[in-house]
Amino acid sequence: MMASSTAERIAGIVAANDVVLFMKGIPAAPQCGFSATVVQILSRLEVPFESVDVLADFEIREGIKAFSSWPTIPQLYVKGEFIGGCDIVREMFQAGELSTVLAEKGVAVGAL
Amino acid sequence: MTPAALEVEDESALHAGHGGATRRADGGITHLRVRVVAQAFAGKSRVECHRLVNALLAQEIAEGLHAIAIDAKAPEQKAPGE
Repeated sequence: MMASSTAERIAGIVAANDVVLFMKGIPAAPQCGFSATVVQILSRLEVPFESVDVLADFEIREGIKAFSSWPTIPQLYVKGEFIGGCDIVREMFQAGELSTVLAEKGVAVGAL
Repeated sequence: MTPAALEVEDESALHAGHGGATRRADGGITHLRVRVVAQAFAGKSRVECHRLVNALLAQEIAEGLHAIAIDAKAPEQKAPGE
């Protein structure tokens, strides 16, 4: 079980940022190929996003898996909604759906 | 789940030793790629499809599998020529 304070911290981060990526490493230096892929896609779309390095915080690393009942990292959230991990984000990007979802949720996208 | 098609690849060696990767003491699989076509995915969102696959792998995840690349599709979603 995750400590409720960790769940609250995660909920706070997700609520406070329109687009937030829980990843391994930082956008400038991802520590995992799956995280790197999502960073590249968000950069391609010119979407401003907040990132959380789960390698720097063990409680978040474990807590985020319980938060969305999703066992892997990265995890992308838009306006509080869990969008998916690397494969889902890539499929949505390739199908043009990611920009649509961002636009529908009122997130400014630099590139279409 | 009764898949119409299923491919599973062990990609652990490709990721050995990267940041955050934990080598398993038992030498088990850490990175898995799963391609599955099943009627069970019909009408479901991508997140729901992935959750079905993740649920089937819950035991392996608990034992140290930590990355699963998933391509889950319903039979009618197969791209032409696939």
